[in-house]
Amino acid sequence: MDFNDTPEEAEFRTEVRAFLQQHGDKYRTRDSFSRKNAKEWQAIKADAGYAAITWPTRLGGRGGTEIQQVIYDEEERHYELVYNVFRVGLGMCMPTLFAYATEEQLERYVEPALRGEELWCQLFSEPAAGSDLAGIRTKAEQDGDEWVINGQKIWTSFADTADFGILLARSDFDAPKHKGLTFFFLDMKSPGIECRPIKQITGDSHFCEVFFDDVRIPDNQRLGKIGGGWKVALTTLMNERMAVGHAGGPDFEEIFALAQSLEIDGQPAFKNGAVREKLVDWFITCQGVKYTNFRLITALSQGQQPGPEASIMKLVGAEKQQEIASYGMDLIGMGGNVMDKELSPMAAAFQDSFLFAPVSQVAGGTNEIMRNIIAERVLGLPADIRIDKDVPFRDLPTGPGK
Amino acid sequence: MNFDISEDAKAVANTARDFLREHSPMTAIRRVFDEEIQYDAELWKSMAELGWLGAGIPEKFGGFELGGEVLCVLAEEIGRVLAPVPFSTSVSLATSAICAHGSDAQKCDLLPKMAAGEIIGTFALAEGVGDPSPARIEAVVENGRLNGNKYPVADGSVADFVVIVAHDSAGDIGLYFCDLSASGITSTPIESVDPSRNTVSLSFENVEVEPLGDAWQGWQSVQNILDQAAVILAFEQTGGAQACLEMARDYAIERYAFGRPIGSFQAVKHKLANVYIATELARSNAYYGAWALGENSAELAQAAATAHLSACNAFQLAARENIQTHGGMGITWEADCHMYFRRAKSLGLEIGGSLFWQERLMSQLEQQATG
Ligand SMILES: Cc1cc2nc3c(=O)[nH]c(=O)nc-3n(C[C@H](O)[C@H](O)[C@H](O)COP(=O)(O)OP(=O)(O)OC[C@H]3O[C@@H](n4cnc5c(N)ncnc54)[C@H](O)[C@@H]3O)c2cc1C
Repeated sequence: MDFNDTPEEAEFRTEVRAFLQQHGDKYRTRDSFSRKNAKEWQAIKADAGYAAITWPTRLGGRGGTEIQQVIYDEEERHYELVYNVFRVGLGMCMPTLFAYATEEQLERYVEPALRGEELWCQLFSEPAAGSDLAGIRTKAEQDGDEWVINGQKIWTSFADTADFGILLARSDFDAPKHKGLTFFFLDMKSPGIECRPIKQITGDSHFCEVFFDDVRIPDNQRLGKIGGGWKVALTTLMNERMAVGHAGGPDFEEIFALAQSLEIDGQPAFKNGAVREKLVDWFITCQGVKYTNFRLITALSQGQQPGPEASIMKLVGAEKQQEIASYGMDLIGMGGNVMDKELSPMAAAFQDSFLFAPVSQVAGGTNEIMRNIIAERVLGLPADIRIDKDVPFRDLPTGPGK
Repeated sequence: MNFDISEDAKAVANTARDFLREHSPMTAIRRVFDEEIQYDAELWKSMAELGWLGAGIPEKFGGFELGGEVLCVLAEEIGRVLAPVPFSTSVSLATSAICAHGSDAQKCDLLPKMAAGEIIGTFALAEGVGDPSPARIEAVVENGRLNGNKYPVADGSVADFVVIVAHDSAGDIGLYFCDLSASGITSTPIESVDPSRNTVSLSFENVEVEPLGDAWQGWQSVQNILDQAAVILAFEQTGGAQACLEMARDYAIERYAFGRPIGSFQAVKHKLANVYIATELARSNAYYGAWALGENSAELAQAAATAHLSACNAFQLAARENIQTHGGMGITWEADCHMYFRRAKSLGLEIGGSLFWQERLMSQLEQQATG
């Protein structure tokens, strides 16, 4: 066992450090959703060959290894260079295109996405279908060489500024739900598309409602077979698990620092028995997550593919983020209500994280769905009894909602 | 980075798993429960022949010097099947104590016999209620004679000798070697939560003992023995947790209620997902403990406490949920669930309870924070 890089890994890390030292500071941001400078930074990254380390060179990638990607991410984190706007496009949309698009299409779309010149979004979730994605009802009707789309998507991150999107729609309402879906990509500037940003829990608006009113898509932008959309969507979702990163927000180090800086009954807060018990619990969990990650990295560097086991990281990370943020505010006491960055300890990091934490429990697969995945795919427990499998989609029960 | 158990250790683990599956069925531990035997002497002999008992002993003292990782993975396999042998006491505690602190003469005398499985040792720290602390030790050695009471002492009735924590007339804590056939010792079996390990109370009246080496540094040495044992124990506990998870999973697939396998109910699924998560986190923390043990790292104290606490969580949760998943069957003497349930708690107390290890961990973190 060792924590050292191999000589090749060390060499790569040195290169990455030199690159980041040269450019990193200028693009540093504390707001991972920032779009300012994002495109400029992405182009620099792409030119240096760090924008898509594991993609084959044929597609503009570096042709590198998973472990190189891990090394790059580790180093980049020191510079706070996480720009979430590209995650969807590079992490989910492009891998889907790789599997299903034509060579000409790859030629046309991949490079601009890689360089941050064109932004992509993922039009999957709908008001009546999130976890149960196959329940979507946005309609796709074939009309000669084109498809006509009508319906509504929701929670679509960055839809309002995206140039293109991948879209899952229903082409057959008489087939069972998983069999009537067809998958497309489309120009977000097509006539008939309307994006309305939704104000989120934090007050920011990173996702939108998207309405489709007779939007036309050429048939050559269909990915996969007619009625074969679910299979394509699974390719996207498998990549989503990899693209959803760290939960973020204060972790053990920050809550421990906070407990050192505050007092309870004239003593540093961490001397308090109840606080100590919490700290110990989080330390153990944080260490467990850290070393589970090291085990995954080791498996990657030995050329193995990450399996559904990786769901642990998202689930545990999200729950820990929520608990730590909330407890940090309790430690701050009555002043915990203050969100003013000047007045609140650690620039209101705990308050920010408190409001953002619910996002982590839902986005990219809810905690419940993650537990289902672990139970069914890792432990091999039987799937839930399904009442929606072999019935025509239009006969399925729906809630009284929209 | 290579954060994985070495190929050599994995090979030992695979052999051990196959061997134990065949030679340590649950019927063996039942014989201990039913007081037919006190431990599985035959299995212990085979373990010696396979070189497991000497895995942590240097070659010059008759061992195989296979390294800490091998000890760890062996403990994991033993934990998985609850093998009724005095591994955690004789190997993790007594052997480690002698290797670390014994004089050359003591090592030459004891270690080859321990590697060969000819003698068994145990470790006597506890004196009834309370966690490890020098203030709790009343046993005293004066002029080479020990007086005091020690209980509970696990595997006490099968051990040939015991390493004892006592203080001297000046009040300094020390480690002493005591042959259990010496006169003045009364050994009384006591009932314990986990009857698969014979447990005794030892009382000493003017018993001749000898200091274990002369280089120990009071309580620090005791704590160091506990740290090392905590890492190995964490593997044993992780093995137990994994076994409970697999038992519960298998039962959840095969048992039907309401016309469907109980494993298709989400309440059951999510519980078992939680057990899986706790077990994987424990395994990862145990690996880090193994690294710190192998490197004799300055982080050993922290890594050991983390590994042990994480493993306590996992094993106790897994054992509890395993019973729950089995329903009424889980409450019976006949089902194996309770044996894991008992073992999970007893390993969580053997070298100090959770409060002790939490404090140990916090104090390490405090030291780091304040430099
Ligand atoms: C910040 C953010 C960004 C997002 N970005 C995008 C995006 O870019 N593109 C996109 O398509 N979507 C996006 N989403 C949507 C996201 O994928 C869904 O919100 C998520 O999958 C949950 O779906 P839902 O909101 O419909 O909730 P529901 O599926 O209705 O879930 C409601 C509750 O029911 C529970 N539940 C549902 N099914 C089960 C089950 N089988 N077992 C147990 N419990 C269950 C859920 O766990 C949850 O607690 C985003 C969401 C967020 C929060």
